[in-house]
Amino acid sequence: MISRPTRFVVPALLPILLVAIWWFASTGSTSIFFPPLSEILERFSELWLFTLVPEHVVPSLQSIFLGLGISIVLGISLGVLLGLNGYVATALNPVLQFLRYLPAVALLPLAIQLIGIGQDMRVTIIVLGALWPILLNTIDGVRSIPPSLVDVARSNRVRTVDWVFRIVIPSASPQIFAGVRASLAVSVILMFASELLGASRGIGYFILEAQRQFSLPEMWSGMIVLGIIGYALNVALMVIEHYALAWHRKSRA
Amino acid sequence: METTAAKPVLEAVSISKSFGEKRVLADVSFSAEEGEFVCIVGPSGTGKTTLLRALSALGSIDSGEVRINGTQITRPPAELSVVFQDYSRSLMPWMRVGKNIELPLRRYKMPAAERAERSKEALRDVGLEHAEHLYPWEMSGGMQQRAAIARSLAYRPEVMIMDEPFASVDAQTRADLEDLMLDIRSRLGVTIVLVTHDIEEAVYLGDKVIVLSGKPASVSATVAVPLGRDRDQIATKSRPDYLELRATIHEMIMATASSSLPEPPSGAHLTGIGSR
Amino acid sequence: MASSPTTVLARPVSAPLWKSARVAQPAVIIALLLLWQLAASIGGLGAVPTPIDVAGALITIVAEGTIWEPLTTTLSSWATSLMLAIVVGVVVGFPLGASRLAYRLTVFTLDFMRTIPALVLVPLVVLIYGSGVESTILLSFVAAVWAVIMQTIYGARDVDPVARDTFKSFQVGRGDTVKLLFLPTALPYIATGIRLSAAICLLVTISAQIVIPAGGLGEQILITQLGGAIAEMYAYIILCGILGVCVNASFGWLEAKALAWHPSHRKVAP
Repeated sequence: MISRPTRFVVPALLPILLVAIWWFASTGSTSIFFPPLSEILERFSELWLFTLVPEHVVPSLQSIFLGLGISIVLGISLGVLLGLNGYVATALNPVLQFLRYLPAVALLPLAIQLIGIGQDMRVTIIVLGALWPILLNTIDGVRSIPPSLVDVARSNRVRTVDWVFRIVIPSASPQIFAGVRASLAVSVILMFASELLGASRGIGYFILEAQRQFSLPEMWSGMIVLGIIGYALNVALMVIEHYALAWHRKSRA
Repeated sequence: METTAAKPVLEAVSISKSFGEKRVLADVSFSAEEGEFVCIVGPSGTGKTTLLRALSALGSIDSGEVRINGTQITRPPAELSVVFQDYSRSLMPWMRVGKNIELPLRRYKMPAAERAERSKEALRDVGLEHAEHLYPWEMSGGMQQRAAIARSLAYRPEVMIMDEPFASVDAQTRADLEDLMLDIRSRLGVTIVLVTHDIEEAVYLGDKVIVLSGKPASVSATVAVPLGRDRDQIATKSRPDYLELRATIHEMIMATASSSLPEPPSGAHLTGIGSR
Repeated sequence: MASSPTTVLARPVSAPLWKSARVAQPAVIIALLLLWQLAASIGGLGAVPTPIDVAGALITIVAEGTIWEPLTTTLSSWATSLMLAIVVGVVVGFPLGASRLAYRLTVFTLDFMRTIPALVLVPLVVLIYGSGVESTILLSFVAAVWAVIMQTIYGARDVDPVARDTFKSFQVGRGDTVKLLFLPTALPYIATGIRLSAAICLLVTISAQIVIPAGGLGEQILITQLGGAIAEMYAYIILCGILGVCVNASFGWLEAKALAWHPSHRKVAP
């Protein structure tokens, strides 16, 4: 119905408009808090294309990938184990729910005290926050495997290895992906918060430093970088999910 | 049909099963000889599924035994394969059909190429040649059920147990699949135990029909079907002895539903009436 | 079918008592607390206090009244930002969802804004507003409003087009159409949005209070940690956890109620 290139025109209109408004509204700005957009973009291209990327973007991304990666591996393994053992999962449920709803940022001061300031602490905090959505969603997904698939696996005497990796995990993957989406959001937030409190490199640290030195254009440029990173990570996950769960969409069409 | 002294491939010996207070199966016994096509027929809700789960060792039983080649089984055995009613929920939608069929074979030490070859062979046997690259949801209901049957065949079982396998497909597809099963039995010599509520289907397919009825369910009759191995959807179903068998079994089911046994009419060959 | 292999934990007739959830769940909690107590008393956990110490600290801060000011600060910031998020979210979301054109124009931008962590504004907000309560309210509002907007949009879009045409053909006024058609359809979605934003508001309020710092329970955690009152720090952390559970449980319950009477069959958003 709508041709491929035109599909991108309408959604792009509003952002372009907003950026234009920002540009013109801030052109002659003397407010220290809202410098002209032209200045911000100038700083942005100076700093982030690509001078400061290794120093600040890479460490932040490393924290996120490490933290999220560990959460995914731990969350899925534990989730499968617990999901297959429904009794234990139900018994542990209140504890897991409490840990899930406990804001991980509340653990930040404690983590700094115990582990110090460094990437270890940041990754730990990310895992402490990002583990739960994946874990709980995996448990959920595993527990809702259709009984018919269980029958098929048992009557065909499918090996445990094949059962877990070729039946249980794929069957639970829609829920697991939903958990990963939530965990990604948590990871980005915790990365930033932990860098605000305890870091010497990273985007959060950069933004904070810029604020302390009242370098507003720099600070704004850092905020834009973080916005782009957050969005890009979400899009990447969405694309992965799109392909990994194609079977799920199509089998329900 | 008298056989040699060989043990029956599948034997149910006095199977009883209750769920809590409710007794579902009471003393169900029957046997299936090698290469025999046995149909278990009974009204919905009788406990056919419970019996099937007992036979395939998917469900536990309170008393009695299930035997394969004379040996008792307590867990799903290698000699037995099950085809379920709901094909849409028994094939994994995230795998292509070929991989679905190969899945049970992974437990055996077999090179991947051999597995793939067996899978293709099974697909040929059910008339789905070249379908191995399709996903289950890309196929019609009839094709999916054929794929499920192919998965059972690739497993090279001695006995195939089928749980109302054709209840969810249209009449034409059902006729095709029925003939497919007869073909598989005669070409590959598999023993087949098919559970159904459709009397017509039971008599058409079976060498013998086991009537399961009553509350709790038991074998109210075992009816031999002497219609020969060559069956045809039109010809066989218009034979007078076919129609008589159908009517007899129908009456038996109606009668046990209202708690009285009919007199066996002269034409039918009864090989035993279970306790009630 | 009772012989289904999946485990069911409501007590089937013949199952022993220890298998039921109501026994197993408290048992697990007690066992974990005992383990914690044991490990901490023999010094195996370093500076981590025992649960008894933490409970004692909790009782102390309640008895001495030191808990109330931070607690009310956190709760009032949370409530204010939540109400703002709901009002603004619904008011903005409705027209965007009701008009196909408006939706197409804005959905990409909204999706983008949603992925920006609101905490990124902390340095800026603190520069402008300092470290008072206004900052935390503003940050929580900005973080949570997107959830309400998106859910309201979904709700407005879910309106049955046939019903909508019927209303139009009977010349029903705009106000009535909103009241009798849009609102009931959108209500379950809005309930979901409220639950999500309630959780987000709590999370961001506490986070902002720690990171800025800006009073409330969050700053207490910092203060007690810096002051070496470790048992009290744990008490405050656990309090945050309890708040989190309460907020999610109560709003989840509200949401389930709103979903229950709605004729459509939807799943609760993750």
